[in-house]
Amino acid sequence: MANRWRNTLTSDDVTPEAMFLNRRQMMAGAAALGLGLSGSPLRAAGLEPNSFEDITSYNNYYEFGTGKDDPSRNAGQLTTDPWTIKIDGMVQKPGNYALSDLVPQMTIEERIYRLRCVEAWSMVVPWNGFELADLLDLVGVKSGAKYVAFETVLRPEEMPGTRFPVLDWPYREGLRLDEARHPLTLLATGIYGKPMPNQNGAPIRLVVPWKYGFKYAKSISRITLTDKQPPTSWNMANAREYGFYSNVNPEVAHPRWSQATERRIGAGLFAKREPTLMFNGYDEVASLYQGMDLRKNF
Amino acid sequence: MIDLVNRSVRAIPNWVIYVAGAVPVIWLYVRGFQNALGPDPVDVIERNLGLWALWLLIAGLCVTPLQRTTPLRLIKLRRPIGVLAFFYVLVHFLTWLVLDVQIPSQIIADIIKRPYVTVGMVSLVLLLPLAVTSNNWSIRKLGGRWRKLHQLVYPAVALAGVHMVMQAKGFQLEPLVYLAVIALLIAMRWMPLSAFRQAFVKR
Repeated sequence: MANRWRNTLTSDDVTPEAMFLNRRQMMAGAAALGLGLSGSPLRAAGLEPNSFEDITSYNNYYEFGTGKDDPSRNAGQLTTDPWTIKIDGMVQKPGNYALSDLVPQMTIEERIYRLRCVEAWSMVVPWNGFELADLLDLVGVKSGAKYVAFETVLRPEEMPGTRFPVLDWPYREGLRLDEARHPLTLLATGIYGKPMPNQNGAPIRLVVPWKYGFKYAKSISRITLTDKQPPTSWNMANAREYGFYSNVNPEVAHPRWSQATERRIGAGLFAKREPTLMFNGYDEVASLYQGMDLRKNF
Repeated sequence: MIDLVNRSVRAIPNWVIYVAGAVPVIWLYVRGFQNALGPDPVDVIERNLGLWALWLLIAGLCVTPLQRTTPLRLIKLRRPIGVLAFFYVLVHFLTWLVLDVQIPSQIIADIIKRPYVTVGMVSLVLLLPLAVTSNNWSIRKLGGRWRKLHQLVYPAVALAGVHMVMQAKGFQLEPLVYLAVIALLIAMRWMPLSAFRQAFVKR
């Protein structure tokens, strides 16, 4: 199984990390001199991955603090090995699954995806992971199940941010079953071929590239199949601002800011805003929402 | 001790305070140019300038209550603090305008449609006449009206605090603490403070 989704780019297109960093310095130097050097074809496609440094130092993971650099400073204390995921609800084989048993049964792929945060910034991340659909097939989804709920681990002793009710912990997210089964939807276990850094949601996190980043539940400890739309953390905190679907949509503004454009992280002080694409550019998911009013189901 | 503080405050020339106060802004931008502010330099500049502006505005509100409750005489610092606060607010606003939002039509839409931007903008507009009249000539020219005009600082700082609360995602403590401090400092203008003062003097 797996490999149902094909990137138009292969790993050969990924700029080697060292070269990438060098190139960035060159570009920064050139920009400072006012030279209009054009980017690579990858840049034109919007798919030049951010550096490992950017991806691992600029994070929203409120369990470790609300600042962008809090997770990289505080997440080191999270114990990620051993790790079990409780899979329950409407499944044929419920139970506590050890990650060390689970991962070898999956096909790990590299997927270079755009990541669009609800805060109107974006990155490109080379994830390593497997399709959620494969895990769902492994545990067997019972007929009648319509949604998948995800829960992030809650360990106040290791997660200083949870000692204060910024959100109603534990962090909860959810997808409709067809969204969860879409070949774009990943459970990611790494970045740049390295094990998932703690600040990015180690050891395993959700990746749903056509949705805003807060949908990507991190450090998943529980997956529940259900027939009812599950409560989700940001929606519980502020339903007016964060919908259940939260598909990237340039036409539906966040009440506090426009979603029409985005700032590319890592592009420097004078980076121009770029237009945000419907479904973050992943048009292949449009059929999932046929006939739905996406202004209402934002 | 307090006497020493009072005397040093009197001894510092104003231009030194202005230059020292401008250094963090210049430093922040130099670091930005050097690509040394991390993956999102615009956000770092915007946030820091906003936060420092709020600190200065709060510091400005502290001067009079301190004068009334303690022997500290910091009144000389009030103008430089206020003018610097406005400078920080202005650079914060220009950074948002030029480096963050960039698109003119979106800037106008944001100011009108996004309440937290509207609130911040109103605060800036209220501070503008205060910055412009922060000089001896204006005080002479306006006479009694100067004092009235400068009471605009209360709504301006209150709105700056509200602006910070409104931009936070989720339930966050820090902005609420600032707002509470601002509320207290403003309320102190109408509180009988002689009790505080006597307590201090006795000790």
